[in-house]
Amino acid sequence: MKTYKASIDVMPHDNLLDPQGKAVSGAMPNLGLPEITGVRIGKHITLRLEAKDRKTAEAKVDEACRKLLANLIMEKYSFSVEEQA
Amino acid sequence: MKCGVVIFPGSNCDEDMVQVLEAQGGGPVERLWHKEHDLRGCDLVVLPGGFSYGDYLRSGAIARFSPILQEVAAHAERGGLVLGVCNGFQVLCEAGLLPGALLHNGGQRFICRNVHITPATKRTALTSAIARKVLTIPIAHGEGRYHIDAAGLKRLKDGDQVLFRYCDAEGNVHEEANPNGSMDHIAGVCNEGRNVFGMMPHPERAADALLGNTDGMALFTGLLKAVAV
Repeated sequence: MKTYKASIDVMPHDNLLDPQGKAVSGAMPNLGLPEITGVRIGKHITLRLEAKDRKTAEAKVDEACRKLLANLIMEKYSFSVEEQA
Repeated sequence: MKCGVVIFPGSNCDEDMVQVLEAQGGGPVERLWHKEHDLRGCDLVVLPGGFSYGDYLRSGAIARFSPILQEVAAHAERGGLVLGVCNGFQVLCEAGLLPGALLHNGGQRFICRNVHITPATKRTALTSAIARKVLTIPIAHGEGRYHIDAAGLKRLKDGDQVLFRYCDAEGNVHEEANPNGSMDHIAGVCNEGRNVFGMMPHPERAADALLGNTDGMALFTGLLKAVAV
């Protein structure tokens, strides 16, 4: 078995209002950065897992994303998997 | 007839729910700890409000994997009655027992105040005993903005599955009367089988004359009547 580390991004769907992102966007002019717009806020999740190969590791992470880490009604996810030394 | 209230770590409306169910003649009510694997023969199972698992990750996301939820799902599958209020509604959506999801309020604030809701259907145990067009019921949530995709919304409407909509004091449904930005002003829905109910407003906080508001009482009257037969 090998140890892998996964880095996962969970973001609100593009067509959904993200009130946090909107509030942060609205603050940008107050700090002199009016050129920044379109802030959207999601989650970054890291985890470790044991798997026999990369393909299996990716399948397990994908399952965790679909079942728990993201709610596909409101969010989308992407991830990368790296083998740990 | 037997009623049960599920208790998760972080539930905080469970005792209110037990008290109201017992006062309405539904007792003695079973308190069902989330780690249990047995509903103890309950005909009506209620998932109360609160902050199960601290609302970590998403409201209701972790609670749906509690052992008792497998039993609640099986109970629902058999046609048994299930009601989720506030966090309970969030748990039922996360578990896929109700369609849709509950997002952060459009205004990004936690809202705790009385709102007006109007029943959208009479054809459920929860709404059958409501005689009035407008009920005043408190909400207390940060994540209550109901969302569902366009196809899902059409299915909900075609199936007469919307239970309540936010409205003004006269019963008119419009943007200004919608406290959290919910899609189509939805405050509660049921499943296709019409035996699983979820709503963000708290009827158990409006079902005792001592508290000055009994508008929520009719919901329990309907539910208890359905399990009494």
